[in-house]
Amino acid sequence: MERFVKVAGAAAPFPAANVDTDVIMPKAFLKGIDRSGLARGLFHDLRFDADGQERPDFILNRAAMRSARFLLTGPNFGCGSSREHAVWGMQQFGIRGLIGTTFAGIFSDNAANNGLLLVSLPEEDLERLFSAVGPDGAEIDVDLEKLKIRTADLSLPFTIEETRRRALMEGLDRIGTTLEKSREIRAFEATYFAETPWLDRGRAA
Amino acid sequence: MSPRTLYEKIIDQHKVLSLDDKSGPGSTVLLYIDRTVLNEYTSPQAFAGLREAERKVWRPAAALGVVDHVNSTAPNRGGPVEDVSAQKQIEFFAQNGRDFGIEMFDILDPRQGIEHVVLPELGWVLPGSVIAAGDSHTTTYGAFGAVGFGIGTSDIEHLLATQTLPYARLRTMHVRVEGRLPVGVTAKDLVMALIRKVGADGAVGHALEYSGEAIGQLDVEGRMTICNMSVECGARVALMAPDEKVFDYVAGRPRGPSPEMLERARPVWQALATDPGAIFDREVFLGATQISPMVTWGTSPDQADTIDGTVPEPATLPVHAQRDAARALEYMGLTPGRRLRDITIDRAFIGSCTNARLGDLRDAARVLKGRRVAHGVRAMVSPGSSTVRREAEAEGLDRVFIDAGFEWRQSGCSMCLAMNDDVLAPGERCASSTNRNFEGRQGSGGRTHLMSPAMVAAAAVAGHLTDVRDLAEVEA
Repeated sequence: MERFVKVAGAAAPFPAANVDTDVIMPKAFLKGIDRSGLARGLFHDLRFDADGQERPDFILNRAAMRSARFLLTGPNFGCGSSREHAVWGMQQFGIRGLIGTTFAGIFSDNAANNGLLLVSLPEEDLERLFSAVGPDGAEIDVDLEKLKIRTADLSLPFTIEETRRRALMEGLDRIGTTLEKSREIRAFEATYFAETPWLDRGRAA
Repeated sequence: MSPRTLYEKIIDQHKVLSLDDKSGPGSTVLLYIDRTVLNEYTSPQAFAGLREAERKVWRPAAALGVVDHVNSTAPNRGGPVEDVSAQKQIEFFAQNGRDFGIEMFDILDPRQGIEHVVLPELGWVLPGSVIAAGDSHTTTYGAFGAVGFGIGTSDIEHLLATQTLPYARLRTMHVRVEGRLPVGVTAKDLVMALIRKVGADGAVGHALEYSGEAIGQLDVEGRMTICNMSVECGARVALMAPDEKVFDYVAGRPRGPSPEMLERARPVWQALATDPGAIFDREVFLGATQISPMVTWGTSPDQADTIDGTVPEPATLPVHAQRDAARALEYMGLTPGRRLRDITIDRAFIGSCTNARLGDLRDAARVLKGRRVAHGVRAMVSPGSSTVRREAEAEGLDRVFIDAGFEWRQSGCSMCLAMNDDVLAPGERCASSTNRNFEGRQGSGGRTHLMSPAMVAAAAVAGHLTDVRDLAEVEA
């Protein structure tokens, strides 16, 4: 997992509400057994027309936004299907963080598990940020240590849940960390299945 | 202890340990997960991760795999699917089952079907349990008083390796449904009315709990429809306190508890309810008697109206919704002011984990009996599971569908998300008993109108969206 401490780069405005993961990563790109090849799939039907030609008006097809590192998003971004391919595709395209108001629950967990930063701002702050980057996007930098988003003439503080911040900055091995608690999990199971034997599905491996 | 909601009780009971020193919503715990179900498209990278790190599956018997997303629903299916990548997913899935000791239902297994239809009918979903799975519609299990929630592939890997997940407690939201549903109005209409009311983001960050007369009145299948589709207003969990209907439903199922266990469980299950005086973070009221058959007109499940409505003029909507509505109408090829019941369709689809159980097929068949699908409409039904398909055939429902001009397909997710070869062509318009009307969901450029199975049947017969109550002799 790539660590996130301080990242500077282009931020592209993408203000639609309820952008779903079918739109972020269409079904044609879900047929793999690994994580590769998903950059092409990102927003595929918005980026490309039926003949596979780029739609020049789509924000990520504009010259300055081809290497965008951030998206400014509308509410409930990432709703719908649980497909983690949406997050993998963003990262393979080069996106390191999304800044919006609210994000859908599963998408938000998937982002955290892969080191994609999600920043939830109050609506007024997000509006100011949208105005600052304008309709064509602009360079910003996001500092997770100082909890600041900066544009040419704006500096916005933000908050993020501390566990997620630490994981993003340190790139922790989540499963390894949990497995250090194996003894506690086994002790829990012993008590729990004694109380609810109808849920016991046999021995742990 | 202060009064707790049902959600809080179940989470407390599954807490292995706290991961921070906080309490209440947002605090994180290591949560024990009772069971999971796996599918062929969201699980492959999880197994690859386990192999790479040389990790085992913690409790293989707590997982079950079902092929459902990419498989064919052709009546005579059997061999490999034509799509090479999809076939590779199916084979890798079977391989993972063998290597990690997890039971898998392949396409030809008589128990195959859509995961959220299969698990309940096996008797695997029990009150008070926690089920996390790599599919957003895992909320379905709330109908049993179980906490079910969708997770991504990284969390599938974590769950398989540890039987737990690091988990942030949700806020709670109470949906009080007062009164009874009118005749001809279904669970699907109820949940669609809720989604329209609170919005597609209305329950983000929340666990919903439904209560009220209309919920008690519904059978377990109808309750599953509501909990299933609750994710479309952003709910991560949807719950209903289990009652005798639920206990009866699980009794005698192939993987359900033995009669002896059932007797031990019963008093525990009867206590699974929100305590009097417990406080929810939000309260929402829904009047069941006011609900009519619902249809969507846009590309988000909250862009919906009653069948008596018209396509809205975006300028008359709240400011924040105008731009998205205009874009949705452009995609849907609709003009403001058009009556919803005048919208003609090319396709009709009955299927999905939301609405393809036996009761759903009966509802649709009641409308179709003695009628024919309109000229120019292609209609399909894909039963929620192979078991549902056999049960429907035993009742003669297949004949009703076939005689009406429907294709009687095999089971799978099918055209709900069109990962297999059941796909809308660009511009085709479909009346669909599914859960998502997103752009491209049923096929790139395809146009989806969500509604209940009976409403799909009515639209198929009329050739356009219509009020099923004008068509059918509805039994009181």
